[in-house]
Amino acid sequence: MLTESTREIGNGKAHAQGDAYLRIDSLWKAFGEFIALKDISMRISEGEFVCFLGPSGCGKTTLLRAIAGLDIQTRGTVEQAGKDISNLPPAERDFGIVFQSYALFPNLTIEKNISFGLENAGLSKSAINARVTELLDLVGLPDQGKKYPAQLSGGQQQRIALARAIAMSPGLLLLDEPLSALDAKVRVHLRHEVKDLQRKLGVTTIMVTHDQEEALSMADRIVVMNHGVIEQIGSPTDIYREPATLFVADFIGEMNKLPAVSGEAKTVTIGRKAFKSAGGEIPPGKEVIAAVRPEDIIPHGDVVTEPMEEPDNSITCRITEMEFLGSFWRCRLKCEALGEHELIADFSINAVRRLELAAEKELVIEIPSNRLKVFARPAGE
Amino acid sequence: MSVTTSDNLPKGRPLTLKLGRDDLMMRGFILVIALYLIITLAFPLYAMLSKAFSTFQFDLSQVELQVSDQDGNFDGTILSAEALNAQLGAIPEDEMATSNDGRLSLTPLFPDFSFRSPVLYKIRGTTADTVYLIGSDRITGTDWHELDSNTFRRVVLRPVQSVGLSNFTTYFSTPSLFRSIENSLFISTVSTIVTVSLAFAFAYALSRSCMRFKGLFRLVAMAPILVPSLLPGIALVYLFGNQGMLKEVMMGESIYGPYGIMLGSIFFTFPHAFIIITTALAISDARLYEAAISLRASAWKTFWTVTIPGARYGLISAAFVVFNLVITDFGLPKVIGGQYNMLAVDIYKQVIGQQNFEMGAVVSVVLLMPAFVAFAVDRQVQKKQVALLSARSVVFEPKPDRKFDRICFIYCTLIAIFILGILGVCQFAALVKFWPYDLSLSLKNYNFDVMDGGGWEAYGNSIKLGLLTAFFGTIVVFIGAYMVDKTRSFRVGRGLFQFLAMLPMAIPGMVLGLAYIFFFNDPDNPLNAIYGTMAILVIVTITHFYTVSHLTAVTALKQMDGEFESVAASLKQPFYKLFARVTVPVCMPAILDIAIYLFVNAMTTVSAVVFLYSTDTALASIAVLNMDDAGDIAPAAAMGMMIFYTNAAARILHLAVSKGILKRTQAWRSR
Ligand SMILES: Nc1ncnc2c1ncn2[C@@H]1O[C@H](COP(=O)(O)OP(=O)(O)O)[C@@H](O)[C@H]1O
Ligand SMILES: [Mg+2]
Repeated sequence: MLTESTREIGNGKAHAQGDAYLRIDSLWKAFGEFIALKDISMRISEGEFVCFLGPSGCGKTTLLRAIAGLDIQTRGTVEQAGKDISNLPPAERDFGIVFQSYALFPNLTIEKNISFGLENAGLSKSAINARVTELLDLVGLPDQGKKYPAQLSGGQQQRIALARAIAMSPGLLLLDEPLSALDAKVRVHLRHEVKDLQRKLGVTTIMVTHDQEEALSMADRIVVMNHGVIEQIGSPTDIYREPATLFVADFIGEMNKLPAVSGEAKTVTIGRKAFKSAGGEIPPGKEVIAAVRPEDIIPHGDVVTEPMEEPDNSITCRITEMEFLGSFWRCRLKCEALGEHELIADFSINAVRRLELAAEKELVIEIPSNRLKVFARPAGE
Repeated sequence: MSVTTSDNLPKGRPLTLKLGRDDLMMRGFILVIALYLIITLAFPLYAMLSKAFSTFQFDLSQVELQVSDQDGNFDGTILSAEALNAQLGAIPEDEMATSNDGRLSLTPLFPDFSFRSPVLYKIRGTTADTVYLIGSDRITGTDWHELDSNTFRRVVLRPVQSVGLSNFTTYFSTPSLFRSIENSLFISTVSTIVTVSLAFAFAYALSRSCMRFKGLFRLVAMAPILVPSLLPGIALVYLFGNQGMLKEVMMGESIYGPYGIMLGSIFFTFPHAFIIITTALAISDARLYEAAISLRASAWKTFWTVTIPGARYGLISAAFVVFNLVITDFGLPKVIGGQYNMLAVDIYKQVIGQQNFEMGAVVSVVLLMPAFVAFAVDRQVQKKQVALLSARSVVFEPKPDRKFDRICFIYCTLIAIFILGILGVCQFAALVKFWPYDLSLSLKNYNFDVMDGGGWEAYGNSIKLGLLTAFFGTIVVFIGAYMVDKTRSFRVGRGLFQFLAMLPMAIPGMVLGLAYIFFFNDPDNPLNAIYGTMAILVIVTITHFYTVSHLTAVTALKQMDGEFESVAASLKQPFYKLFARVTVPVCMPAILDIAIYLFVNAMTTVSAVVFLYSTDTALASIAVLNMDDAGDIAPAAAMGMMIFYTNAAARILHLAVSKGILKRTQAWRSR
């Protein structure tokens, strides 16, 4: 019987790299002269939820379509469940897919849409009906089966598309920007539903998105892509806390980026001031970018009322502007030692109250050395 | 993190998908339908072109002769046939040019030849390739053959084929033929200017005024599509001909000739221009238009700076379509052209009148050129217009303006009177006993069976042709369009198919018909069996009207979500299940449009079938032509109106079915 319960509930992290469910090796895709994907390799474990994240046009859909066999890669191999599927047509692969447009068959009822793939899978009529009912329950639309797609809201259509994609219990679920056509509210709500469903089914899932929040909140692992290459693969916290490249640092979350020069022993000089940094493999004397997230900047209070030796990595700044964003204050800081560059810092409401921060006030801030990242400066900046 | 070592694609061959069962089947379909188009379009055209460029000529230098004395003794003198003729001038130079099946007897070379004389003759070829006939025996080679007088009488030379432009030289040095180019260009140009102007004003009135009866006007404007192009010719004869009611209006000029052709052309091309321009006007940006009004530009200035430029692609496209229709039309100039020669009629005259197929092919090639240019320009413009369409903004809502609305109403009424008048005259003429002397009503003109042209059976054949064409044509066209749209990769096959599908639009019906003679009537062609049957009529009609049907299907398919096939594949469902369960139902309105388009055109077409019908497969539209030719004009009008009523009924049925389907499927179509 085809039910979700028959599928073993997998846990991505439990699997070693050796027995990856999906392996992609040195995959390239060219459209004529244009290279859309460059040397892509990755391993995805069974039951894992992976997001391909990157700006529009970076090749996420292209990669997803290569995995599905809808648009074959120019070079490279794809292996699923230990089998080389590099050149198999889509019908001979094992996946379910949800497109951004949902591609629901407009002239078939919801039931017929969902049962489209079940009809000649050797099931009896009643088994099909039972499965359709089960799927409708699963996606939370138990009594919409007799309607047509056009009679449902966008969010409901999205769930039907999902139900259809998992109807045959595929080994791999592919989602191409499944939430991007929905309003913001529905989108946030559906994130949880999709994630819950995936966890319940334990199906290995790849979701394409350009929305970093979506990726951070849903994925077990994120593949950050840019211009057809993988910039970083890692868990949401890894990606956020330890961005491997300037692109990742910049693309995900807020980041202060300051031109700087690298020095000896993991130091970096921004403006006139030398800081200790988290370090990297950059030799001294290079033009670099020093980066720190706004929430990692620690306020140390009023210089006048609290005179003290500036700790390492601390400098005196003046608040030029404060903006209340509900759960924290976003402050623009001007630091003489840093030259003309402004810093953006997010301070908790608590800290602002305690230190009596206000615009035009001076304060000492600390940039913790392990939060100060240093990246090579890209050409042309 | 993956480290990119290089930005260049590693060497090697691109991967290709293993072909699944679906891919193979879809490719198979494409190839089968492409093969159909190759056989019914490319091969015939090739046969026609090679005909146009080949000439046949007798070559006397191919044979040598010996003549005996009265006792049958040869003295060994070898006579060259060529030298003999040069000496005697027995066979003039212009008789040397001939056609494929020309035969030349050699007896004129011997002035004292008598088939009873005891003189013997010897003949041999000068080259190994020489071919001549003795009776029905085909002789080749350089061996001497000795023949008695009676047998020598039956020796004939076969012509030698050569490829070249000599047919064209002949064509362009024959003033009566050459004149036709001028005539055709002149008539087409004038008709185009007048029709496009009239249709533009009509479409403008319908889309930019608030007058009443817009729906009715729209309906009337479309009526000419339902009749053969020669029907207005018949009406014009009744109105302005020698016994016409309004003969005086012509002030001594004859309606037979340019005036008649132009008036009739305006009638039958009007709906085509009207449809295209209406679409263009709908596209021309309403917001821009309102902006011009709010800037207080005068209505006149707005018209020239906003309306006309906005509709320019539509106007250009309409002009080329009308031009093409007029220059390739055959029925109308045949009926009302009198002595005024047009290209399309020349083809008919060369082929039917003089049996000069080569010259028919030459005129066809000449006629292909303007048609090709018009076709190419139209395709370019259509592409540009599609781009405009996607950028369009707000639908224009006209505001009432009493004076403007009244002018529009009067204008549209005049046009409607012209169109209905033509149809009305035909119907009236068909019902009276003897125009213009005895105007009492009678049905005697409907007694088609006593007249030339095929009688009621021809009418039945036409309906049969219409139904068969609609049925098979729709299936072939829609499946072809689906396959070419949805097959993955397979560039070459799809490109070839696209080209073949667009080609028929550029081929005038007469040319296609003539090409079919050359190809299908060739005894060496195994498909020869369909010559003279209903099958060849169905095939030529489907092929002739393939392009528009194909484009309708492609447009409908493009409006569907492109990922349906991907979804079906991921669900392990074969493409034909998706095709049957989703594609066909969703595209049903377009499918019905294709069917009615093919039916109506099969009922009215003359040019594509005029060379191909046989006595068993006479058609109503051909009957109109032939009865008119034989002087039975009233029955011709009666038959023409039968076509009109049949097509009108078919359209009403089509409308009812379409509405019914839309209503039944409203639940899922809403939005
Ligand atoms: N069929 C195609 N032909 C040519 N270029 C394409 C094609 N499909 C995608 N591209 C190009 O490849 C790049 C990646 O596209 P895509 O994978 O759709 O990006 P996204 O990350 O937004 O999903 C884009 O620059 C796009 O223009
Ligand atoms: Mg995409």
